[in-house]
Amino acid sequence: MASSTTGPVVGENKVSGFIFGVIAWIVGLMFFFPIFWLVLNSFKTEEAANGDPVLFFTPTLEQYREVTASSTGLLSFGEAFFNSAWVVVVSTIIVMVLAIPAAYSLAIRPVEKWRDVLFFFISTKFLPIAAAILPLWILARDLGLLNTRLVLIILYTALNLPLAVWMLRSFFAEVPRELIEASQMDGASLMSQIRSVILPIVSPGIAATALLSFIFAWNEFFLAVQLNPVDGSTVPIWVTTAVTTRGLFLAKLSAASTLATLPVVLAGWAAQKRMIRGLALGAIK
Amino acid sequence: MTDVVQDQSVIVDRSDEVERIAKKEAWRRRLPILPALLFTIIVTQIPFALSVFYSLTDWNIVSGVDREFIGFGNYGELFGSSLFRQAAWTTVVMTTASVLLSVFFGTLIAILLDRKFFGQGFVRTLLITPFLITPVVAGQTWSTSMLNPQFGVVNWLLERLGKDDPIQFAGQFPTWTIVAVLVWQWTPFMMLIILAGLQGQDPSVLEAARVDGANSRSIFFQITLPQLRPFLELGTLLGSIYLIQVFDHVEVITGGGPGSTNLPYFVFQRSIGGGWEFGQASAFSIVVVIATIIFATLGLRLLSSLLEE
Repeated sequence: MASSTTGPVVGENKVSGFIFGVIAWIVGLMFFFPIFWLVLNSFKTEEAANGDPVLFFTPTLEQYREVTASSTGLLSFGEAFFNSAWVVVVSTIIVMVLAIPAAYSLAIRPVEKWRDVLFFFISTKFLPIAAAILPLWILARDLGLLNTRLVLIILYTALNLPLAVWMLRSFFAEVPRELIEASQMDGASLMSQIRSVILPIVSPGIAATALLSFIFAWNEFFLAVQLNPVDGSTVPIWVTTAVTTRGLFLAKLSAASTLATLPVVLAGWAAQKRMIRGLALGAIK
Repeated sequence: MTDVVQDQSVIVDRSDEVERIAKKEAWRRRLPILPALLFTIIVTQIPFALSVFYSLTDWNIVSGVDREFIGFGNYGELFGSSLFRQAAWTTVVMTTASVLLSVFFGTLIAILLDRKFFGQGFVRTLLITPFLITPVVAGQTWSTSMLNPQFGVVNWLLERLGKDDPIQFAGQFPTWTIVAVLVWQWTPFMMLIILAGLQGQDPSVLEAARVDGANSRSIFFQITLPQLRPFLELGTLLGSIYLIQVFDHVEVITGGGPGSTNLPYFVFQRSIGGGWEFGQASAFSIVVVIATIIFATLGLRLLSSLLEE
């Protein structure tokens, strides 16, 4: 990634460069340490996890077996995982279906006042969700949507749509004008223009946008806990309720936490090169 | 179309025809945006408008008393309430501290990463991971594995260093414990934005400065920092907009415990979380919106200037 390093490398002596590298490694390892520790604890027995910290021990899958086993009356890992996957995948698909045409239009064939439209989208991101939660709860209750997956699908779509439009617009804007014009001159239809000229250039951007939308939806807790705490609940709810905090629980909690967050960490690693553009709302390449 | 224009017999209709085609074309261009636009308007604007309306009423949904329109009564009560003032203050402290600290650490780390060293890509991946972690998991991990008085690593370490009684982080310093976790998660975000700024610098300018005999320090303060300004501003504003809304961390680390209730959490406590005072809670939430709008206006102006470039 950081191939375009422009820092003061030229004329700097090798020793200080080496020292900076070592510091960077130390800082990186420190930042990662809580995650490393979390994963490590998840493979320990409760006794080992609650005793003095050790690095070497006989790993066990006992905690994973225990937290994934279902018990009656409680939200099980299987259910929560299925609900999350369902809600996140469906809402991400809807986001992409709505955002791709909009972004295409805004970037390649701008309409009048396209800027206002773009800013309207992003301004909705700036409304604190806390300010909308009461009406949402009342509307959901009156429409019979409380505790359904549907209410989360709708809201996660609304949550990610502005981000997706901005992010995709900045990828579409990178398609060279000349290429589009050339294909028009050749008499290519709109569909074949999209397929053969635009898609090859923007598809990595589309993938990154979908991954980011997946991450945000997967991690969402506030709306889920307010509107869907019972049936059809998602993984963040499961991870805060699955492990009883009576007795020794650290290893079990670590196993549950690792399972809950693994999908987004993998998605984030996959998208990391292009993620910044979505996070900075397309303002940074 | 040119055929139509050249044909003398239809020249009268020409302007009408052109206008009709232009209109049709304009709609054809607008059409792909409409579904996304309508969806966003319906899902985001209606609840918000309702919130404004509720905030002007006296409405407790468990008391069984009918909703009553009371104008700005809730807002008057709000500023008289010491609980509200405390939540507002906590919000200010939590947001400001976590944003500024993340920007500070993010900048330092970005400078470290903006040079070639062995394993650079790997270190970068390690560094962004905290930002990806599910917020409730991050909160739980810190309050148990890291900071718990009995089995947290940090207290174990402090004990080795000679500190006898463990520190009850979440109990003694609830707000700062939450800030610490937020900084851990948001420093990578700031780092990514600032790194993008550093890597966007023109190498020839830096080279020229070096040839002219400037040292690294003056290059940083006189060339790099001014160029980073929009990126620092962008990070600060986006961070503020996201962090003013923090809920998950408060819920899992302290449950709003002593002094760590911020406004979003307070809105929740006063309504669905058990208070059921929908009118009052709506008024609180509108205050959060107004605070956010101040940041957001600045943020939008900045985004718009970056978009021009």
